[in-house]
Amino acid sequence: MSLKQKSLDLKKRMREALEGGGSQAIEKQKSGGKLIARERILALLDPKTFHEFDLFVEHAAKDFDMDKKYLPGDGVITGTGTIYGYPVCIFAQDFTVAGGSLGYMHAKKITKIMDHAMKMNVPLIGINDSGGARIQEGVNSLAGYGEIFYRNTQASGVIPQISVILGPCAGGAVYSPALTDFVFVVDKISKMFITGPEVIKTVLGEEISMEELGGAKVHAEITGNAHFYAESEQECFEQIKKLVSYIPWNNTRKAVTFIKKEPNSKQYNIEKIFPSNPKEPYDVCDLIRSVSDDSDFLEVQELWARNIVIGFGRIKGDTVGFIANQPLYLAGVLDVDSSDKAARFIRFCDAFNIPLVTMVDLPGYLPGIDQEHAGVIRHGAKVLYAYSEATVPKITVITRKAYGGGYIAMCSRHLKADFVFAWPTAEIAVMGPEGAANIIFRKEIMEAEDPEKMRQQKIKEYKDKFANPFVAAAYGYIDAVIEPKETREFLIHSLEISQGKNEKSPYKKHGIPPF
Amino acid sequence: MARKKEEVNPYSSINVDDAYYKTLLIKKYENRKKWAKVDNSIIKAIIPGTISKIFINVGDEVKAGQKLLILEAMKMYNQILSPADGKISAIHVSEGNRVTKDQVLLEIDCAENVIDDN
Repeated sequence: MSLKQKSLDLKKRMREALEGGGSQAIEKQKSGGKLIARERILALLDPKTFHEFDLFVEHAAKDFDMDKKYLPGDGVITGTGTIYGYPVCIFAQDFTVAGGSLGYMHAKKITKIMDHAMKMNVPLIGINDSGGARIQEGVNSLAGYGEIFYRNTQASGVIPQISVILGPCAGGAVYSPALTDFVFVVDKISKMFITGPEVIKTVLGEEISMEELGGAKVHAEITGNAHFYAESEQECFEQIKKLVSYIPWNNTRKAVTFIKKEPNSKQYNIEKIFPSNPKEPYDVCDLIRSVSDDSDFLEVQELWARNIVIGFGRIKGDTVGFIANQPLYLAGVLDVDSSDKAARFIRFCDAFNIPLVTMVDLPGYLPGIDQEHAGVIRHGAKVLYAYSEATVPKITVITRKAYGGGYIAMCSRHLKADFVFAWPTAEIAVMGPEGAANIIFRKEIMEAEDPEKMRQQKIKEYKDKFANPFVAAAYGYIDAVIEPKETREFLIHSLEISQGKNEKSPYKKHGIPPF
Repeated sequence: MARKKEEVNPYSSINVDDAYYKTLLIKKYENRKKWAKVDNSIIKAIIPGTISKIFINVGDEVKAGQKLLILEAMKMYNQILSPADGKISAIHVSEGNRVTKDQVLLEIDCAENVIDDN
């Protein structure tokens, strides 16, 4: 054959492979409002940057007449490309080919691109849309999952890993996304569960739809398995692109520096947003936007455990991770879910050299039998662990309440915060004035002629003396009491000063956080 | 953006250390299960299934750990044991009955109904 004939042969082979599961399967996929796998990759990556790997891989199954079947690319598309010029490795399961089921070679393609991502030290993006294990391939498909989980774990904290759930992801398959750093879901398209509605019905007699059991909303609001929720695939891709712009390529780098932009101080005017009465709610996201570049803030897990807010913003062009109690929901208390949410985010930022900015305003931990029995001790401990362990620059701003254990947990000086600032409205105390007065002056209150009057008087006395930042300032637990409007300036300065921070932890194989 | 302003006050409050804080609640918090003390006097079906055998009659004295009945479900025979010493005061099912989850099967009069902290 001449070169021309060889190229024609190549083109023919490519055409066949690129057809995926054929027109019928593609039509079915599209009728569900879903893109097909290759379209998804192209929609996410910069134009003309996708370079495919392993287009000609074929499955290796022999049993059940599988040897007579041709599955283009074995149901998964892998390759490399860029997002805003940032290199990434990517794979997308192709539901039109054998339901995106995972067989031996399908898994091999995925693990190959994962190994490549690790070697090149670039982020990995996995688009999941699969019916699960390819049953015909038996234990080989289980082996495939295991190999993926192992690599997810090895890559954890080395390269950012992003999972996008654009279809079913059930049974063992859910554990690959669960091991990665960020999980994206889309309404009515994503479905994740360990055991599906069918099994639940037979075993427990409880009827539930897939959407109610493991739909996008469920994972964004109730389980916390998802980090980003979108209404459409297109919105989801925009979210991924935005996230990628905030995080570094790997754990040896810093995130890319952008051009510094001032916040929109008209829309986000601290003095207008912020009620000084510690019992009044406000939206802490506005406070974050009042100090972040361009008032931009990418909130993570926006719908889950809303009593704490986490997410990325930039200060003077550099990415920071914000952690802030949210007085708007549940008064901003720490509880099982919010502790879990904050702790994992702190560890992500620490692993990827992203400084932490903590905004403190909480009355303490959420009281309740359900909380105690759900293990708030164990989960709450994660926050202490994560902050104490973190060696990235840690800056804390105490805006109002910082009572008791909540004060300690929210990146206090004692957990080795590098900078701790307090606003004049800060109340740093062992507990709220009401609770403290009731305990300290129990006897006086009980014996008073008018106990309620005495109680109010004692509360006031306690408040005047202790509900301020100056007691803590007198011990050097906070570095400075600052005006709210000076906050951004102090943050910028602190970040500048801490550029060379190089704190070392004691040698260990790894710590044992209270998982 | 001609969205109507909600007329009802959406705020609620939660109490931490004797102080009330004005705030919004979240779905999961509102839907949390209220805790109930363990009630040993009512035996419910743990899963849907069929009562294949009943070992006791009304009025029988039973000991904690004694076999009360067999609930067949998912091709398995589940022994239902007495959670406490007591006397069978009512039996609501008979052999061969199909039962749903949480259906009350029988009742026991038991002295140590609830475990007390004190």
